[in-house]
Amino acid sequence: MELFLQLTLTGLTNGAIFALVALGFVLIYKSSDVINFAQGELLLVGAYLIYAFVAELGFPWSVGILITLGLAVVVGVLVERFVLRPLIGEPIISVIMVTIGLSSLLRAIVNAIWGTYGRAFPAFIPSTNVYIFGAVVPADRLIAIGLSLLLLGAFTLFFRYSPDGIAMRATADDQQAALSMGISVKHIFAVAWSISAVTAAVAGALVANIVGVSGDVSRIGLRVFPVVILGGLDSVPGAVIGGVIIGLLEVYTGGYIGSGLSQVLPFIALILILMIRPYGLFGEERIERV
Amino acid sequence: MIQLAVEEVTLQFGGVVALRDVNLQVEQGAIHAIIGPNGAGKTSLLNCISRLYHPTQGRIFFEGRDLTTFHPHKIAELGIARSFQNIELFRGMTVLDNLMLGRHVHLRSGVLSGGFYWGKSQREEIAHRAIVEDIIDFLEIEAIRKKTVGTLAYGLQKRVELGRALALEPRLLLLDEPMAGMNVEEKEDMARFILDINEERGITVALIEHDMGVVMDISDEVTVLDFGQIIGQGTPEEVRSDPNVISAYLGEQEVTFRPI
Ligand SMILES: Nc1ncnc2c1ncn2[C@@H]1O[C@H](COP(=O)(O)OP(=O)(O)O)[C@@H](O)[C@H]1O
Ligand SMILES: [Mg+2]
Repeated sequence: MELFLQLTLTGLTNGAIFALVALGFVLIYKSSDVINFAQGELLLVGAYLIYAFVAELGFPWSVGILITLGLAVVVGVLVERFVLRPLIGEPIISVIMVTIGLSSLLRAIVNAIWGTYGRAFPAFIPSTNVYIFGAVVPADRLIAIGLSLLLLGAFTLFFRYSPDGIAMRATADDQQAALSMGISVKHIFAVAWSISAVTAAVAGALVANIVGVSGDVSRIGLRVFPVVILGGLDSVPGAVIGGVIIGLLEVYTGGYIGSGLSQVLPFIALILILMIRPYGLFGEERIERV
Repeated sequence: MIQLAVEEVTLQFGGVVALRDVNLQVEQGAIHAIIGPNGAGKTSLLNCISRLYHPTQGRIFFEGRDLTTFHPHKIAELGIARSFQNIELFRGMTVLDNLMLGRHVHLRSGVLSGGFYWGKSQREEIAHRAIVEDIIDFLEIEAIRKKTVGTLAYGLQKRVELGRALALEPRLLLLDEPMAGMNVEEKEDMARFILDINEERGITVALIEHDMGVVMDISDEVTVLDFGQIIGQGTPEEVRSDPNVISAYLGEQEVTFRPI
């Protein structure tokens, strides 16, 4: 029972971090139908920027985070201007290929500036152990849960009520129609990428606090693929619930069956669920015109 | 008064000339039909006006302003709304949401300023809602207002698309084959809506239509395109008896009726 409680708590906290990363994916997919293969690298850049401002330049951590979030917005705007805008009118698959290129580019820039060896993330996120009914959870994991719930709420409100959020859904649905409604598709893409980069920077800080500042931070980008596909690429709640499911599955298999399987099982679960629900658990069914 | 003036517009796609030296003037308050065989360039012309295409040459003036200098998303703000030949609705959203999106240009939007519909902006939303509900009444689509658009029958989707364009409160409405694929009854409804929009709301209508009966019934002015060029222009009566127009249409029929 105690093992179960411990595994469940660990699974939930891992799931919360997955969910945070997945939210960034969903945001970009929802606005532009693009699967962003550079999401992991956005985490990486976020983590290194905070590291640079706090550990290398000696800013207080709050200032370091604020500057990083500001720069994340700039990254989003730059991606729209120099990566997406030249591709307007090209097939989605070209844009997806370009995000793969973008991921290599961001990684190369990080490697060029900071090298490839890992460093310790400046210790400002408390990671002392918290005891819940006898199970142990580091405090940073609880912060992750809080943050992903907060962002889940904010994103849900954003897509349902804010003019930009509604316009974003419309743009994903039909760009020509969105333009004819007076929606600036360029503006929408810049907003989507900026918010996504901000979310990624927050997630990057949390991941780096656990694994240290190194190339490993971006690996979570790949581990989150089953999460978004499971939850439905265009679903905000799906990202969170998918994150929790995969988080729990990983630790339950690791704890009860053996750690070798824990990386494989999420994909098996994914295949099973997709056989029943091809659009993911919460994904919107799309009826294509022929 | 001339509201829309297309001047010497040429549009090329590689070797294909979709439009050649097209001149067209639409009177304020008129219903102006654009007809012609398939591939004549009718849709391309609408796309040039709504800035989805950029003319290779020529200019297009709307109420004195040169549209070719505006970004595509600014056209709605200037007072031009449109529908598409192959229905371009937001299929995953409800009828109501689609029409509310028609209000987008009238929202004080933006990430920070527009924010959320709270307080003052809630009152603003109620005003937008009233305009949209009025259009829903007018088009007689109350029963489907909460339905997801993708699940609706084709004829209804065409009607919703018209409603979304109306929600912009445009001064010029561009309709690309609003009656294509409809049965006689649906066509009659659509024709009545277009006449009402024109008369009661004072909106200028430029429409592309294949059904000659409807075109002759409702239009004030007709422009005939063939192979990207204007081959006839005038009142329905003038166009009907124009030898160039007759031969273009006869030509098409010969092609259509040739056994394959
Ligand atoms: N985006 C495009 N790319 C290439 N050719 C196009 C494009 N749009 C239209 N055309 C060509 O322009 C011509 C006119 O097409 P269109 O305006 O759709 O005709 P209509 O609406 O009168 O049937 C056709 O030959 C068509 O193939
Ligand atoms: Mg056409």
